Amino acid sequence: MGKIEWAMWANEQALAAGLILLTGGIVGVAGQFRDWEFAAYGIAAGVFVCLLEYPRGKRNKGTSVERTGQYCLTVCVKVFGPVTSNYFVRAGMHAAICIPAAFILSTVLGCVCLAIASIIYLTAAIHGEHWMPILPRKEPPKQSAGGIEEPPQNPPPRPPAEVRRKRLEDLEGAAYVNPIPVTANEV
Amino acid sequence: MGNWIVNNGLSALILVVWMGINIFLFVYYYFFYDLGDQFFYTRHILGAALAWARAPAAVLNFNCLLILLPVCRNLLSLLRGSFMCCGRSMRKQLDKNISFHKLVAYMIGLMTAVHTIAHLLNIEWYNNSRRGVYDELSTTLSSLEETHNGTYLNPIRSVSTTPTHVVFTTIAGITGVIITLSLILIITSSMEVIRRSYFEVFWYTHHLFIIFFAGLVIHGAGRIVRSQTTTNPPHNFTICKDRPEDWGKIRECPIPQFAGGFPKTWMWVIGPMILYLCERVLRFIRYMQTVRYRKIVIRPSKVLELQLVKAGFKMEVGQYVFMNCPSISKLEWHPFTMTSAPEEDFFSVHIRSVGDWTQKLISMVEQLPEGAQGPKMAVDGPFGTASEDVFDYEVSMLVGCGIGVTPFASILKSIWYKFKESNPKLRTRKIYFYWLCRETHAFEWFADLLQVLEKEMEERGMGNFLTYKLYLTGWDHSHMAHVNVHFDEDTDVVTGLKQKTHYGRPNWDREFEQICKENPTSVVGTFLCGPAVLAKTLEKKCIKYSDVDLRKTKFYFNKENF
Repeated sequence: MGKIEWAMWANEQALAAGLILLTGGIVGVAGQFRDWEFAAYGIAAGVFVCLLEYPRGKRNKGTSVERTGQYCLTVCVKVFGPVTSNYFVRAGMHAAICIPAAFILSTVLGCVCLAIASIIYLTAAIHGEHWMPILPRKEPPKQSAGGIEEPPQNPPPRPPAEVRRKRLEDLEGAAYVNPIPVTANEV
Repeated sequence: MGNWIVNNGLSALILVVWMGINIFLFVYYYFFYDLGDQFFYTRHILGAALAWARAPAAVLNFNCLLILLPVCRNLLSLLRGSFMCCGRSMRKQLDKNISFHKLVAYMIGLMTAVHTIAHLLNIEWYNNSRRGVYDELSTTLSSLEETHNGTYLNPIRSVSTTPTHVVFTTIAGITGVIITLSLILIITSSMEVIRRSYFEVFWYTHHLFIIFFAGLVIHGAGRIVRSQTTTNPPHNFTICKDRPEDWGKIRECPIPQFAGGFPKTWMWVIGPMILYLCERVLRFIRYMQTVRYRKIVIRPSKVLELQLVKAGFKMEVGQYVFMNCPSISKLEWHPFTMTSAPEEDFFSVHIRSVGDWTQKLISMVEQLPEGAQGPKMAVDGPFGTASEDVFDYEVSMLVGCGIGVTPFASILKSIWYKFKESNPKLRTRKIYFYWLCRETHAFEWFADLLQVLEKEMEERGMGNFLTYKLYLTGWDHSHMAHVNVHFDEDTDVVTGLKQKTHYGRPNWDREFEQICKENPTSVVGTFLCGPAVLAKTLEKKCIKYSDVDLRKTKFYFNKENF
């Protein structure tokens, strides 16, 4: 099974927490709860957490599966450098974000979820993980980039395989006379 | 359309029934709380949120009852056994247990969201009306006290409290928060990414279900949703609702009395909880039983073959066992498909070194002195899968991908034994076997097995009973060159088998057409042990090439779960 990458779970948990925070915030504002200003904060915090957590990080080992259309956000999150890639920072940030949400019931669940996500992120950070963007793999440079120096020794059209095999016994007989003279590409 | 019904009809029917029950429960309880007279005053304070909280609760009860059933493996094996008479399409449904488990879980997630949101509103409104924010009726209702001749309606008894405080000091509130949190943790750790890559996280977090069910059972014990009880003389709200100031003073309007609803959730979930407990007890008993090693073979490419013997162990083809090696981890149970045939007097598993657990096991076994018994091993099982049905079809089409060949090892061996004994239970006349593989190194043991079968069948002159085709999907040009050099040899370069390896993926249309042509009137069972993408393709092909005409070729699709 290999080493556990805690950040992957933390990411799922934080994204869920973001959605729950957002939902709780919407309920609080729409219902005009007492101290609904905290619910409005919940909406903002939820949206922020979702945007931050949507782009999934790259796994150390194995294939990383992107979330649908995360490329755009990956680029945005990557811009902030260590602020977003260091999991200690992220754990601290989530811990700070979740505090104001504890003041009103509708966002309490989101707050606790985010706190748990923060703890998992801390675990990830202690295990030495950090966020890496999933970027489209660059095509490996073609090996034949230098151009073909030598002309092919047996250029097409070639005789069918059965015919070639019969001739294989005597190498001389197998030699194939090319009707067109071949020269190297002089540049 | 006809083909689709033949192949998927029963699954669809089960889903329709399940969804129908869900919808019925939701609608029934919605209107029960939305129209019921006994909830008139409760509704006056809470509005529609009362019904919106209670209807999902009923659906949740039903789904929490269902969620444990598909993971009771012994129960499923038992059912599979008792459905032997009812035909294979019924048994096939049992192989979709995990899909059903997930479906039920999604429903629980959705209903939990609705239930929680509705209760957020309920608590806020109870609190507001207690503080006298709303009309006079609400305030009067909320201030009814629990005295010797009166009962309260509003569970919030203090005028100066906050909803958060209320939630964390009532049974319903605190259990609700805890079980919702457990549910969220269970869901986030069950995402495909986590489940596939970090199984331990998924596995251990899933055990929060114990907290979930414990909390669920006592969630309703606070009896917080209250309804009006009949009094003598009766309190008629149509007359009294507009004059709360006269309550208790005039004869028509005595002070209304309220009572909490009886908690019903435990009645829904107690059965499955006991069943699941039995499963775990059974597993513990099996953990205590001794397993003897008959033979330990280390195959090339780090594949370990264990031949084990356990008293009273009886297997069927293609079944799997859970193995636990206490000296590696006391808690981890790992599933392995058995590769031996039921006709043999032992059972065997092939274990490839792919992860921590398997690596440790292999290195432990490697250090053993010659002829010694291996480390203590506990075996739970066997558990059934679709491949038990292979012998029921006239023609079987087996498709294995990579490591997915393991169940077919057992099947092929068993067919061979049955053939030798000319067992009357064997209905199979012909077997098509497809093996798709990226590289065959790790599966040399399987090629060995095929080689033996091939030789024996040839000796008996039944060369065409088994048709097998190997497809190597990962190959490069140097490989190709190697093959080209040896192409006129009798046996294959890669596997040493008579049948030449194909390169790339099979052209399924052609394969199906060929099978149709060779078996114009047969019922063909297609068995796949491989990835979901291929399952989808094959399922479609099975439907496409089945003929609605009962006398012609028909394909039935079966898939192994991993």
